[in-house]
Amino acid sequence: MNKRPYRRKQYWNRPTMTWWERAYLPEILRGLAITGGVFMRNMWRWITLRKGALTTYYPEETRADYAKGNRGKHILTQRPDGRPQCIACNMCATVCPAKVIEIEAGFDPNDPVHPKYPVRFEIDYSRCIFCGLCVEACPEDAIRMVKEVPNLPTYDRDSLWLSLDELLNWNPQSDVAKPYPPAPVSDKTR
Amino acid sequence: MIQDLVIAVVYIGYAVTVLLVFGTVLTWVERKQAAIMSDRIGANRAYVRIPFTQVKLVWWGLFHGLADGLKMMLKEDFKPDSYDRVGYALAPWVVFTPVLLVFAVIPFGGTLVPATLFSAVPAVADWFGERTYPLQIANLDAGILIVFAFSGITIIGAMLAGWSSNNKFSLLGALRAGSQMISYELIIGLTVLGLILIYGTLDLGQIARHQSGVLLGFLPAWGIVYQPFAAILFLVAAIAENKRIPFDLPEAESELIAGYYTEYSAMKMGLFMFAEFIEIAIIGALFTTLFLGGYNLPFMTDSGFVLPGGHSIELPHFVVVIVQLAVFLVKVLIVCSFQILVRWTLPRFRYDQLLRFAWKFMFPLALANLIVTAVVVWAVQAIGAV
Repeated sequence: MNKRPYRRKQYWNRPTMTWWERAYLPEILRGLAITGGVFMRNMWRWITLRKGALTTYYPEETRADYAKGNRGKHILTQRPDGRPQCIACNMCATVCPAKVIEIEAGFDPNDPVHPKYPVRFEIDYSRCIFCGLCVEACPEDAIRMVKEVPNLPTYDRDSLWLSLDELLNWNPQSDVAKPYPPAPVSDKTR
Repeated sequence: MIQDLVIAVVYIGYAVTVLLVFGTVLTWVERKQAAIMSDRIGANRAYVRIPFTQVKLVWWGLFHGLADGLKMMLKEDFKPDSYDRVGYALAPWVVFTPVLLVFAVIPFGGTLVPATLFSAVPAVADWFGERTYPLQIANLDAGILIVFAFSGITIIGAMLAGWSSNNKFSLLGALRAGSQMISYELIIGLTVLGLILIYGTLDLGQIARHQSGVLLGFLPAWGIVYQPFAAILFLVAAIAENKRIPFDLPEAESELIAGYYTEYSAMKMGLFMFAEFIEIAIIGALFTTLFLGGYNLPFMTDSGFVLPGGHSIELPHFVVVIVQLAVFLVKVLIVCSFQILVRWTLPRFRYDQLLRFAWKFMFPLALANLIVTAVVVWAVQAIGAV
């Protein structure tokens, strides 16, 4: 049995240390200087009343770096007078794979163009899967998803139902997808 | 004699308060410093609500230590199925008590003259008369030996905890703790021997008093100036003695769960943790006393400042005492903060590296340091200078 002695495998990128690195103590001091420097930098920011951390305080702050197309919370777009653009056609509720949308339609005789409007429009965020199909199904561009996520943590399951009030608080002054004309000044107001 | 008793009780109260506060606050300091070092915020949610109001005091998460302590107290004391009753119950206290006792010989200030301090109240001043007290609980000749004796007991506590838990992880951790602490104890002893040669005394109070002078006209005569090499070795060995990262082999959580206190829960486990944090403060106090001049500021004596240009500023006695107490605490806090910096910077040693580092690297260095010191001290004494 001619067994060859064990020889450690040599890797092509085997790290080599200089004698300075081998002395160990200077490198340790360098490491301490780096971490201590970071500490000093961040501490100086805190002392001068700035934020010295990368963390976003979760419920208090929203992070600024959501992607532009992020499917966050739902919003209902509005007509110039503040009524929802929704015509209560139930297409979003039909297409929703998780069946989280509930709409109760109402009749508005004062608006002959859009006589049907939602009396109740509720989304159950405890089951929503954020697929965005409701947005695609909507014929009126009435429901959209903004990039900010909804404020979901709660102690109570019931508070995960968002109603018309919460969904209607998106009220931009200008909109790329659909120009908002100024509110009509005719006497035919609602 | 009753005066001595009063002073002793006051000192002991001060020392215990300082240590317990350090133990609690260091948990917070450790979390916050680690967080700030790694661009995080750190624990900041625990609060104390002022009763009958909605005012919530958060104070940068300072109350997290309180919350942790309360949680430890209220948790179920979960015991293993088969264990050695006496050893298991005794071990946390064997670890915790000596750590507190070490502070007895550490001087936390200069000399207290009650008659001058209470000169506004003649009755008290007369009662104390001519007595003076060094700010140190036990003014022993064998101060450093006491320190070593008590830290030796801590090893027994760790071994006892591992052995009595009847758990292989505990036993492995205890074995590691034993060999590691004994090895590094030796190195601490050797590094301190050099200082003892220079100062010619074992009394920590005397050592601190020696360091109040000035060297070569401008350098403070601190131990770190005489023995810079020993200072580094001492700090490294002390961190190893305290079993903290990078030397936390006995409780390496990725290998041994929690090492020798795997089977402990609730406040018994809390005692081990608390002992570790108090020992950080103790190491800080020892390092301050031995190498950083103790309670001395540069150019400061018991009567006031003596600047190198021949100027001197007289200070009233109570100001001097307060300044010395504060200087000692600040120095201890800085050394503690440095230990935390080390803990959050370096990765853990491998076990064979740990012992090789102790016996093949630090031990010869400490010996060499001792020999060089001895030769220099002998030469200086032979010449008759200084």
